Amino acid sequence: MTVPHKPPPSADADPVVPAEALASRPAGAVRARPASRKVLLLSCAVLAAVLLVSVVIAIGLGPAVVAPGETARHLWAALTGGRIGANEVTTYQIIWQIRTPRVLLAALVGAGLSAVGVAIQAMVRNALADPFVLGVSSGASVGAVGVTVTGGFAVLGIYAVSVGAFIGALVASLLVYAASSNRGALSPLRLVLTGVAMSLGFQAVMSLIIYFAPDSEATSMVLYWTMGSFGAATWGALPVVSAVVLAGLAVMYRYGRALDVLSLGDETAASLGFDPDRHRKVLLVLVSLVTGVMVAVSGAIAFVGLVMPHVVRMVVGATHARVLAVAPLVGAIFMVWVDLAARTLVAPRELPLGVITALVGVPVFIALMRRRGYTFGGR
Amino acid sequence: MDLKLDGLSVVRDGRSLVRGLSLDVPDGQVVGLVGPNGSGKSTALRCVYRALRPSSGTVWVGEQDLTRLPIRHSARTIAAMTQDGGIDFDFTVEEVVALGRAPHLRGNQALSGRERELCARAMDQLDIGHLAHRGVMTLSGGERQRVLLARALVQEPAILVLDEPTNHLDVRHQVDLLSLLRGAGLTVLVVLHDLNLAAAACDRLGVLSQGRLVASGTPADVLTTDLVADVFGVKASIVPHPLTGDPQLLYSLDSTR
Repeated sequence: MTVPHKPPPSADADPVVPAEALASRPAGAVRARPASRKVLLLSCAVLAAVLLVSVVIAIGLGPAVVAPGETARHLWAALTGGRIGANEVTTYQIIWQIRTPRVLLAALVGAGLSAVGVAIQAMVRNALADPFVLGVSSGASVGAVGVTVTGGFAVLGIYAVSVGAFIGALVASLLVYAASSNRGALSPLRLVLTGVAMSLGFQAVMSLIIYFAPDSEATSMVLYWTMGSFGAATWGALPVVSAVVLAGLAVMYRYGRALDVLSLGDETAASLGFDPDRHRKVLLVLVSLVTGVMVAVSGAIAFVGLVMPHVVRMVVGATHARVLAVAPLVGAIFMVWVDLAARTLVAPRELPLGVITALVGVPVFIALMRRRGYTFGGR
Repeated sequence: MDLKLDGLSVVRDGRSLVRGLSLDVPDGQVVGLVGPNGSGKSTALRCVYRALRPSSGTVWVGEQDLTRLPIRHSARTIAAMTQDGGIDFDFTVEEVVALGRAPHLRGNQALSGRERELCARAMDQLDIGHLAHRGVMTLSGGERQRVLLARALVQEPAILVLDEPTNHLDVRHQVDLLSLLRGAGLTVLVVLHDLNLAAAACDRLGVLSQGRLVASGTPADVLTTDLVADVFGVKASIVPHPLTGDPQLLYSLDSTR
């Protein structure tokens, strides 16, 4: 992760417009409002419908293919306590016990990563920031690998690794916070630099643990945490993840205008009545919690949190309330399809998610960036 | 509304940036702060728009101590045009100007019709109406300065502080901006580098040197050959403006001591 610096303000070359020409124009007459609230609501409704359809299709696909209509019938039966035939029990179990939690988790994590990416880019005023820039993912990896190797938290059963990862993520955030705060102030650049440095430190610790680990389980664990997978999804983890992610989305949305103001710089934020440090602290806690929970259940899925915010901004503009309404939906749809590709393309093997997010996303992103005159965090 | 700096001091990392600065900005007047680079002008301003808490001393806004007011509340009274105009996200001009309403709105609350009208008027006033849908990152330095001032104006403040507002502006827009400030009827505290513009635009001037106020008064009283030599280290010939009578400084290139 590199840290771009702001380009110096360009030299002035204003064309001078005659004052009379401007004075004679009625105020407000020339300006149509860009995407109005109605258009935005409609787009969100369409995206939500696409998400729903994507979820149903993705649940139906896999080694045993179930038609979308059949899938919907099974899901309906599960939700309403309806009846299914005795010969359909296996299909029902595949759909409800195995695939549904996995696809829902993918949607949640896709939504969460996109929203956190939006918030964190504004919060540290850096277009190259992603949810893992503050060391959360490498902290989680250390936690997960540490638990695997030492066999800690055994009482928690299958959730031991997730709990270890979550604790690792929070410890990492706390360390980054403590190391970068300076007399109570939290400068964006310090935050990013500290996060990058800490990430490298955690990676070293992780390598060390693996190097001295007695078995090879730790090695596959590392691949899992650095590339991401929804293979371990269960119904058990979903309530916690969905509560944290959905609450996080709601709070971030409410901070929409605060994020606008923060992204204009600390001096401006203060003059507009927003204490930049206080807002950054609240956001840091929020972002760390949401990211920590997501990393704990899915590993660190690269790229989504970096690129989705940009893709969405290209379409709806930079206003955060708008970006934060659309980005989670787009991120969720994207992730559902990525996960489907991950588990079906080379079945019965599974591709790591990070591989697909990068292979699919990078060309799409570059194409979009070239097509629109989008200024990617600078020139 | 009166603005009063009372014994303001700022110490950062053991260095005194502003030392016991007292300055009155009476209601409706334009007061300029001048001084060499690093003399504490911007630091003093930052205390007024609350990017910085003074180490000691008080900023009085009307009858109220600024630090006792909630920051959101004071932002409805005091607007600032600051120096860090660097915006990394592709907001349109219209969106940035509309953010001037942020201290008046709750959360993501939409702008009312009156507020949109206010934004449109401010953009026209500053000659940026034609840029409304342009991305701010594509603007020239001078255009961006005017966007920032429009944003400060739609805040509908009683007090406006500006840190070198004429930076990057061409001559025509420098003159336009300062006459707009004079005609706005606001209480204005402005940091200016150009002493001639300061003399023309300000009712009173305060001169800062190494964090201390070394002179204050009307431009004619303050801008003397001796003071300019002392504070800025430049020998200047001072002549009255042929039309307005404001003191104007003439320098020659070998005039540094």
